[in-house]
Order: sequence, then structure tokens, then C-alpha cells
Amino acid sequence: MEKQLALQMRGITKRFGPVVANNHVDLDVYRGEILAILGENGCGKTTLMNMIAGIYFPDEGQILIDGEEVVIRSPKDAFEHKIGMIHQHFKLVDLFTAAENVVLGTETKEKYNLKAVNAEVAQIAERYGFKLDPAKKIYDMSVSEKQTVEIIKVLYRGADILILDEPTAVLTPQEITRLFDVLRRMKEDGKSIIIITHKLNEVMEVSDRVAILRRGEHIATVNTAETNEAQLTEMMVGKKIDLNIHRSAPVNAVPRLIVENLNLYNNEGVHVLKDISFTANGGEILGIAGIAGSGQRELLESISGLQPVASGKITFNNPKKNRPVSFFHKSMKQVRALAEKGAFHDRNMNDVTFHGMSNKAVRKWVQNGDVLFREDEVMNLRDKDPLEIRRLGIHLSFVPEDRLGMGLVGSMDITDNMMLRSYRKGRLGFLNRKKPKAQAEQIIKELEVSTPGVSTPVRRLSGGNVQKVLVGREIAYTPKVLMAAYPVRGLDINSSYTIYNLLNRQKENGVAVIYVGEDLDVLLELCDRIMVINGGAITGIVDARNTTKEEIGLLMTKTDERKEEDA
Amino acid sequence: MSTAKKSQVREPLIHLSKRASVNPVRAWAIRIAAVVLGLIVCGLVAFLLIDKLNENPGRIGDFYEAFIKGSFSTSRKLWKFLKNIAILLCISLALTPAFRMRFWNIGGEGQTLVGVLGAIAVDFYLGGLIPEWLLLILMFAAALLAGMVWGVIPALFKAKWGTNETLFTLMMNYVATFLVAYFLVVWVPSGSSSLGKLKYGKLPSIGNDYLLIILIVLALAVGLYIYLNYTKHGYEINVVGESVRTAQYVGINEKKVIIRTMILSGALCGLAGYLIAAGLDQTVTTESAGGQGFTGIMVAWLGKFNPLAMILTSALIQLLNQGAAQISQDFDVSGAFPNVIVGIILFFIIGSEFFINYEIHFRGHHSHAEAGKETVK
Amino acid sequence: MNIWLNFLIDSLAFGATFMYGSTGEILTEKAGHLNLGIPGIMCMGGAGGCLVLNMIGKSGLPPFLIVILGILGSLLLAMFCGLIYSFLTVSLRANQNVTGLALTTFGVGLMKVIMSKLDATVYLIGPKMMYRWPFAGRQDSLQCLGVLFFLAIIIALLASWVLFRTRVGLQLRAVGENPATADAVGINVTRYKYLATCIGSGIAGLGGFYYIIDYMVSQEAYLSLEAFGWLSIALVIFALWRPHMTIIGSTVFGFLFSCSSFITNIPGIQVTMAAKPLLKMLPYVVTIIVLVISSIRNKRENQPPASLGLSYFREER
Repeated sequence: MEKQLALQMRGITKRFGPVVANNHVDLDVYRGEILAILGENGCGKTTLMNMIAGIYFPDEGQILIDGEEVVIRSPKDAFEHKIGMIHQHFKLVDLFTAAENVVLGTETKEKYNLKAVNAEVAQIAERYGFKLDPAKKIYDMSVSEKQTVEIIKVLYRGADILILDEPTAVLTPQEITRLFDVLRRMKEDGKSIIIITHKLNEVMEVSDRVAILRRGEHIATVNTAETNEAQLTEMMVGKKIDLNIHRSAPVNAVPRLIVENLNLYNNEGVHVLKDISFTANGGEILGIAGIAGSGQRELLESISGLQPVASGKITFNNPKKNRPVSFFHKSMKQVRALAEKGAFHDRNMNDVTFHGMSNKAVRKWVQNGDVLFREDEVMNLRDKDPLEIRRLGIHLSFVPEDRLGMGLVGSMDITDNMMLRSYRKGRLGFLNRKKPKAQAEQIIKELEVSTPGVSTPVRRLSGGNVQKVLVGREIAYTPKVLMAAYPVRGLDINSSYTIYNLLNRQKENGVAVIYVGEDLDVLLELCDRIMVINGGAITGIVDARNTTKEEIGLLMTKTDERKEEDA
Repeated sequence: MSTAKKSQVREPLIHLSKRASVNPVRAWAIRIAAVVLGLIVCGLVAFLLIDKLNENPGRIGDFYEAFIKGSFSTSRKLWKFLKNIAILLCISLALTPAFRMRFWNIGGEGQTLVGVLGAIAVDFYLGGLIPEWLLLILMFAAALLAGMVWGVIPALFKAKWGTNETLFTLMMNYVATFLVAYFLVVWVPSGSSSLGKLKYGKLPSIGNDYLLIILIVLALAVGLYIYLNYTKHGYEINVVGESVRTAQYVGINEKKVIIRTMILSGALCGLAGYLIAAGLDQTVTTESAGGQGFTGIMVAWLGKFNPLAMILTSALIQLLNQGAAQISQDFDVSGAFPNVIVGIILFFIIGSEFFINYEIHFRGHHSHAEAGKETVK
Repeated sequence: MNIWLNFLIDSLAFGATFMYGSTGEILTEKAGHLNLGIPGIMCMGGAGGCLVLNMIGKSGLPPFLIVILGILGSLLLAMFCGLIYSFLTVSLRANQNVTGLALTTFGVGLMKVIMSKLDATVYLIGPKMMYRWPFAGRQDSLQCLGVLFFLAIIIALLASWVLFRTRVGLQLRAVGENPATADAVGINVTRYKYLATCIGSGIAGLGGFYYIIDYMVSQEAYLSLEAFGWLSIALVIFALWRPHMTIIGSTVFGFLFSCSSFITNIPGIQVTMAAKPLLKMLPYVVTIIVLVISSIRNKRENQPPASLGLSYFREER
């Protein structure tokens, strides 16, 4: 059977300011095929598809449908050309039923009759083998059902070309199998399906052809039957680029943060972290690689006490061995109890018990700095909120992914943002802005933050400068563990290198650094070890000095074996 | 090819974007222009509504002069002006901590009213039985406690179940009104429901009857400014208001902050009630708060929730109020005329904020007919 | 006629005031706008109708024309207020609470100024019987049920039908729940917000007109109108954002509000004077209880529209 062209893209270019998101991309889509678009995060897959769906308009290039040039300026135009896109973030009204959402915004002369719509929705569902109750409310639905509604919404509007953006990211293995069945049925029906993905096994399983994008450019389009995973990975990640990030050998790497068998379920009851076990060493950078949304955010948030975990252990080894005891985070009672257990020794390595001593005498002895810890303190971090962790004297810094929504307060100035961690200091109810202000000035100077002054609201700063303020604050807290999620996302080269250098300096100071990143080249050059996660489970922990991009790429897309058992 | 395509891109006629930074000089220029424009419209409306002005357009000068005359022509008017500012400012100050936290407390009216009721209840039952100074202290405590209770009830439900605070506090206003009506019936069995001025429980006069109130409120404005900007509590309020996620990230318990702040907000409304009860009226009616609980919201909003700026905005509102009252006296129109003037000026100031915060780009000269269909989005 | 039946009819008639007010407010809230200007709008609606009647009350026009022109005058002025509100909150994205309160200040004030200049013998005495059609001649409480009363019930039912049974209603509710989604599927969010607010304001305005010209028939009536505007906003919560429920709700509110004066007429029931304000307090207390219970039960259908009170700016997604 002769294949019939449905959609052609010719020389499509899209720029966002100085960033070229797509550079002269050519792409053909045939009727009755499933085309996978494969690429790493940020390679321009979604941008490209958004131009077919009418969200963006290309700067250069043509789009042809059935051989005729068309102009697509809005989602409505796209629908008129029978193109429908299912976005990663669903656009549904929670309070409405499936059928109401499907019919929303459509304009027909027919009288509005929900029963008829229900029947029509049920009919579309049946035709492609979906399971969906048209009268069910969205808020009662699982993620997979919501996705079904989005697909039916597109089909109801008569789409012949369906674009699915990361459709499997939120689904269970069984749901993925069901989705693929539906997609195949639609293909047989003559529809063109484009799925955006970076999961190799799925590409191999469901697609007819694969188009590979890398850094905004179209690398190749190959027939799935004539390729294999290794070849695809190579095309996807490309040759290793030398970035010249300075990396020192770890000195005295000691276990600092130990996570054992951590399990976490999110609000919707999805198992987002599965039996995570790893150790982060002081004086080392542990990289976390993985497709976006594989559980990175949840992992860091559960360590820092923002998400209650279902099971597992999080322990912190406070480096106290042979260091003086202080009353800073401990009461007299706690100190005496620890002494009783034999936790302390004096300068001559003799046991300290404080037997028969008055509180005053104990206080004097301790404050002289002559009472020392025998071993590191082992502290349990699980089920403690951020404030409790602080009060234990554990210096745990966290640079969250959402800089202005979580890490910083956009409307406050740099000084006030410096205080977020430390404002509780001081006995009286008043704030002391002296130290935070000095700190802000220091960070502005050392990290070369370009700002009119310390009293500029951080919202007005550029992305790179916002990040410098945030990282600067977290480092100023003299952390023992520093966790950073995508700290260079959206930053220019110079700012990125400033951040890498900061992380390296922390590592040299003996801090356990955990770096969540998306650029494999950076991970390979910056980190000492790389932990790869996929679907909330660890697929491997490798030595960054003796691994390749391909190995990590394969681990990133490797399906968790336990998942298969579930299915 | 590509240039031909670009011209087909339909840009909206008017494109809006949020300004990255606000130039304060520009902002004030816009605000002042808005007030001037509003005053011109007030003049036009006055021609429609005021017969005497319509018959004799030459008196338009008197019309605008009245805004000055209303507050500054005699020392009695000046003191009244300052007193009115003080009471309105006190209520808007009370609401400010809640608003900074994005807790939309529109129950200032009720919280103030129960404050008046609490103070007068103590006065009614204990007046003359105990020394005056003790009475004043007990009235003070009762007023604060009553306001606090009225404020914290919606906060508890908001913290526990997320009950909509705007609607809850709004309803609490009317419960307060009828609670006052109930006590009036109980206290005044004659059926007139008018309590009359009580003999005891009056704040001492220091030179002028109003001076003490004015000083208390000024001190409150400064105190609140310090509380909100220089204390840990104030800092927590700002963080919770801006982003609950950030608050959690640094270990702030946002529920605790909501409840604590509403206790403060309610208590300060109670204080306003105390000033009305012990400083001015020595009685309570259902109109004791006189709608200032609502006006206070606008004052606080206009002052950007900055206690010191709110001194100015409450002065502006009272200047308009007294000026317009002067006009209704001079031109013989209904006593409700000030509301019309205040309303119009408020519309203009509210509208002007848009031009301060957003940038408007009109489409370039290459527009074509199709453009007319697009509207501001 | 039975005293209880009289009582019921009077409650219904009284309740029609808030029936208009809350039906109008529900339409506005369903578009995501909490309009605290409703008291002002109701006042302006009253003033608009009376202003027209003041001009034509003695003109000798056919009664039905006078009735219709009065209604139109009321609608016009109330919708003008709605237009001010929507221009400020939709186009200029102003804070809804502040705009609404300013509108109430303005509307109540302007109404009082206007009403003080009108001649009650013209706008009230002449036209009042025309609005009492068809029961104008009766001596029992049925005489309270006039054209505007039936219009209130029709509008409440019609509003429910439009909201929950038509495409337009579905799209309006989508705008109030999730404007970004509505925008994405091609609904003109701005147009829906403007229309819902202006039509809602017009409906609310009729409530003010009804109260002055039909229910109270007194030249002092306008002085107590503002309070019923606030009661209308309370009734929206009580009716759980369903216009047809306002018919029941307004009767209950009317019952509680007026029973204090009625109750003394009922033989065998003794109430002290002190009970009156407590009875009048009940509608608000009940509303709070409904609000709290619905937030505890957290049933999604009974919650305020999700985007209530928030401005929509497409580029802020």
C-alpha cells in the first residue's frame, strides 16, 4: 500500500530570544502511522509540536497538510485542519463530567443535548477500545482516565492527526499497554499519531518510525524495525562534549546521608519513590540523572522533610567525632543523658560522665571546649519537618527546582530573602537585618549578581541572578548536605559555571553535594558518582569517571524490572 | 516567503504585559492624574445632580472650594477631620495584617461593632460601680476580646477546613449587627431601642477631646509599621501571604500564622471599637461602625497595605467625605452626596493601578480590518 | 384566609427582593467574579425604575407600557453599574473586593441623592397598582404578588436552566471554574465575564425596583434597601450557587426576617421583643453554617466557583 503524506514541516525554525529552540526542522508524517519523536529534555520536541497545534507560530518555515500549505495561528485553526494535541498538563475543568469537557468550546448549530453527547462520547470510546464513563466527573478520575478524556476531546473534534506529549509519563504499565492498544487501533483507522517521548522501550514497542531531535535540530528519521536501542541512544545523546569543568578527586569521602528503602506515595496515591537506597558521601558530588519527573523532586523534598514518606529510613551522620560538645542545639538534660551513654570523652580520651557534678560545673567544662564527641552523631531525619531538622542542628541545604515559588519570595528584596532560613535567630521578636544584609552584599560581590542593590525585589532579577541569590543563601548556611535540583536550568553559560564552581568548592569543604541535572555532559564532568533513576526507582549508580553517555542514557530509559512484574 | 507569512500573523489590537518594574514617580503621576480626572467627572456629575449648580454654573468654583472648606475652614472642622481620619485609619490598620497574609478579612465592620458592644456592655453594667480608671481598663479589655473572638472564628475554620474567609467574615458583620440590636432591646426595655449617652467610661480629654484618640492611632500606625516590617511575626505574615510553599520550605506553620494574625487583626478592630465607644459615643447603635469597616478595606488597599501610606489614603477619603458633606450643605443636596463623590474618585484610583502595573502595546500601523474583532484579553 | 398561608405568601413576596439579587449575583459569581457591589447595584436598579416612573407616572400612557418602561429604566441603570464593575475588574483587572465595595458606596449614595429629588406622588402612588397586576384588587395577601414577583420566579428558573442545561451555561461555568482551560478550547473569556456580570447586575437591579415599587410601596423604602443587597450575597451561599434554590432560600430568609413582626399576630405564641433581632440574625447564622458544612463536606459541586475573586490574565499561565 502506498503511504500517503498527511503532514509536512519544511525548514521550521523557532527562536525564543537568543535561544534557538528549533533550527530548520524538516519532518514528514504519513497517514496510518505512529511516529515517535525522540530526544532529551529541552531538545525542542514539545516546541516543534506546539507549532503544529497552534500554540506557537514558527519564525520561519512552512507547514503543509495533505500537500497544501496552511497557516496555523491558534488551537482552533489546528482543529480546523484536523490536528489535535494532548498536552502533558491536562486542560480540563475538574467539576465537569467527561462529556461536558469534551463538548466544551465546540460550536454547532445543534441543540445542546448532554444525553446525545454522552452517547457520542461512549461511541468514540467503544470504537477505539477506551474504558470511560461519560458521566463521571473529572475530579473522580485517575490520571489515565483524564488522559482518555483529552484524547476523546480531540477525536470528538474530528482530529486525524493526534499529537501526544509524553503520554506515558504518568501511567502505570498496564495503562501504558492499554494506551498503546488504542493508538494502534487509531492507526488502523487511518489516523496519524505522533508521540513525543524519551523512553526507548516504548519507541521500539509502538512506533513505526522514529524522528530524533537533538539540541533543536532534526538528526534523522529511521524506521523502527531497522534500528535498535543502542543506535537510537547514540543519536539522541550525541558525542560527548568537553566542557572543562574542574573536578578534584574526593578527599576523605565519608558517609553523610544514608537513605534506605525509601517509599513515597503522592497525593493521588501514585507510588512515586520505590525502594530508594543510596548513600551520599561528604566531599563528593552525587549526581542524579533521569528523565524529568522520575521522582527527583519528590526524593529531595522527602529528604528535606517536606513530604511524609510511607516507609524507609533517612539517617544523617553529623560529623562530630573528636569535636567539642556545645549547648547550641542541646539542653543540659540531653547533654547529661548522652554523657551517661558514654558518648563523650575529654582531651585525654577519658570517658566523661559528669557524675556528681553540678550543672554549673558541667556548663563550664563544656563551654571550655574540653568535652568531645567520641563518634559522629547518628540522627534520624525521617518524619521531621524542616524546622525540626534545623532545631537538631543539622545543616541541610536545599536549592529547589521552583526558585521563585518555593526557594525565594519574589516580592521581597535580596536581604529579606537571605533571612528566610535564619530570621528566627535572636531572642527578641525583632528581625535583625544586619547580618543578612552583609551576607546579601557579600553574595552580590562574590557571585557577581547584577542588581541595583540589596533592596531590589528578587522577582526583578534575571533568572541567573535569582539562582545565584538562592544558591548563595543555601551555601552561606554552611551546609553539611547540599541538595540542588536543576540549579543551572535556564541559566547562561557564565552563570552555569559560577554554580558549578560553587558546588565544587562545597565538595572540597567536605560537604555532601547532591546534584540533580538534566545535561548528561555536565553530570559526567561535574559529579563523582551518578545515580540514575527512572519511574521512581534507581536503575543504577555508576562512577562518573568510568562511564559513558550511552550507558547513562540506557539506564535512564531502562524499565524497572519490578514494574514488569506488576504488569 | 517567510515575510509574507509573518504579515498574516494576527496580532491582537492591544497587547498587554506586566511591567517588570514600577517607576515610583510615574506611578504617583498616574495616581494624581486619576484623582484629578475623577474630580472633573465629579464636577460633571454634580451638574446633573445639583439643581443649584445647574441653574448657576458659575458656582463651580464654590463646588471645588468646598473640598478645602469642608475640612479646614474652622478649627472645629479640622479637629473633626483629624478624628475621622483617626477612626478610619484605625480600622484599616487593623485589617492590614490579614490582608498582607492574603486573608480577605472583610469583617472589619462586625469586628469593630462587637468591640463597641463589648466596651459599652462593661460600661452599662459596671459604670459608676467601680472607679473610672478601672472601668476604662475593663472596657478596653472587653472590646479587644470581643473583636478578637469575632476575628478568630473565621480564621479557625479557614485553617482547619479552608472555609472561604471572604464570605464568612462578611456574614459575621450581620450577626454582629443583630447582636447589637438584641442587646439594645434588652438594655432599653421602653422599646425605643436607643441607649442614649452613658454617664461613665469616657476617655479623658487632653487639651482637645479628640487629641488622645488621634495620638493613639498614630502610635498604632507606627507600631504596626514596625510590627509588619521589623519583627519575625511580620516577616512570617509576608512569607505566608506570598507563597504557602515557601513558608513550608522554611518550616513556617502557616495555620498557626493565620490564626495568630487574625487574633491580632480582630483585636485591633476591637481597639477601634473601644475608641469609638469610650472616646466618642459612650453608646452603641447598630450603626456605630458606620460602614467604616468596608471603607477601611479600600483605604488599606489604596495604601498598598503600608501603614504609613494609609495615613495619606485615609486622609484623602475623609477629605472627600467632608468636602462633599460641605457641598451638600452649601448646595442643599442629599446627605448621601459624599458617597457618590468618594465612589467616583475610588473608581478612578482603582482603574489607575492597571496603568501602573501593565504595559499596553498597541499594534503597529500595519493593522488591517480583521483586527477590530480582537479585544483586550 | 388562613393566617399561616398569609404568612407564607408574604414571605415569598418579601423574598423576591433577594431572589433577584442572588440570582444576579450567582450569574456573576459563576463567571468567577465576586461582586460586592450588588447592594449598590440593587439600589441603582431601584433608582433607575423610579426615575423613569417619575417622568411618565402621570403621563397617561397605557399601564402595561408604564410597567415595561419602569422595568427597562431599572435594568438600564443597574447594567450601567455592572458595566463599570466589569470594565474595572475584567479589562483593568482590578481587585474585585475593592471595586465591589466602591461600587456599593457609589450606588447607595447616588440612589439616595436621586430618590430625594423624586416626587413620590408621581412615581409611587400612580404606578403601584399597575405593578400589582393581576391581584391588585384583592384584600388578602395575594395582592402582594404582582408582575415583578412572577418575573423573579421566572428569571430564577430560567437562570438555572441556562446555567445547567445549555451550552452557554456550560461555557460560562467553565469560565468561572478554570478560565485558562476555557480560553484554550476557544471560549471568549472576556465576553462571557462581561455579559454575565452585566446581565446579573440588571437582574439584581430589578430586585431593588421591586422592593420599592411593589413590596414596600413606601417612599422611605429605599433607605433600607442596602441591607437586602448584603442579604442577597448571603443567599448565594445558602442556595449553593443554584438559582432555582434561591426561591426556597429567599422564602426562608423572608420568613425569618419578617416573622418577627408577623409572629405577634398569631394567637397562642408569645415572644419577647428581644427575640426579634435574634430571629433576624438567623438567616446569616444559617448561611455561615451552610458555608462551614459545605467546606467540611468538601463536596465539589457545593463549593464557590474555583476562580472566584481572581483576575484572569492569559500571559500569566
